[in-house]
Amino acid sequence: MAAAFFFYLFSALATASAVMVISSRNPVHSVLFLILCFFNAAGLFILLGAEFLAMILVVVYVGAVAVLFLFVVMMLDVDFTELRQGMLNYMPVGGTIGLIVLLELALVAGSWIIDPGSLKSAASPMPTDVTNTEALGRILYTDYIYYFQAAGLVLLVAMIGAIVLTLRHKQGIKRQVIADQVARGPATAIEIRKVKPGQGI
Amino acid sequence: MTIGLSHYLTVAAILFTIGMFGIFLNRKNVIVILMSIELMLLAVNVNLVAFSAFLHDLVGQVFALLVLTVAAGEAAIGLAILVTYFRNRGSIAVEDINLMKG
Repeated sequence: MAAAFFFYLFSALATASAVMVISSRNPVHSVLFLILCFFNAAGLFILLGAEFLAMILVVVYVGAVAVLFLFVVMMLDVDFTELRQGMLNYMPVGGTIGLIVLLELALVAGSWIIDPGSLKSAASPMPTDVTNTEALGRILYTDYIYYFQAAGLVLLVAMIGAIVLTLRHKQGIKRQVIADQVARGPATAIEIRKVKPGQGI
Repeated sequence: MTIGLSHYLTVAAILFTIGMFGIFLNRKNVIVILMSIELMLLAVNVNLVAFSAFLHDLVGQVFALLVLTVAAGEAAIGLAILVTYFRNRGSIAVEDINLMKG
């Protein structure tokens, strides 16, 4: 009974905040509602027994991605009211397509029945004696090590890409070049001139 | 009443549809479009974890981890492109992006 109550609580809050994400006037509010939506999805994951993924969701999304969004929204000086012009023009098309997709997905999801025989053919059955995190760690570093490495590679490429895209060297700015400073010696730095009394250089 | 697989799949379907609707609704605002894509990827993750839990198979959670990684990388790259674009043009209007075509 408690599980059902929390399921409906989390899913209702997630859905409501997802609606607020796309309909909010202020993008900062959108990001904050996105955070709320991810928290509720993490709650759903916990209900499903996937504690590790729930914690990763909170850490990665709320801690990194949402803060990145907030940072960009606040850094860019954009007139967001102008961007909302003509929003209602897209409502009928988007609403129709969204409704059709929702109906199709609901038809598929609502009538889903699991064949009991397919439970026996699980690729890596869930162990019952250890926690979710330990079970996931046991197969992630052994059977699925290549997937794990591929995920790391994706992150590396994303990091390099983001740095390459945003790094820029402005021309005409005086920069400190350490090598030049260190290479400077008395021969190049100092010039000795004889100054005659009563005259300038 | 017990919460079955269909309940989770329905929630994921609703979240996915909201994300898709958000792309249509905010066609000019790239930031909200990126957030909508995040919502859709979250719905996919809910699907994967729900199947993993009800089929007693851990592979779904391994794959959800991969989807999470890709989503994080996609957000980082998308926002980096957005910052570069804003620097060059002074706005983030999506309609003007086709000016970059060769």
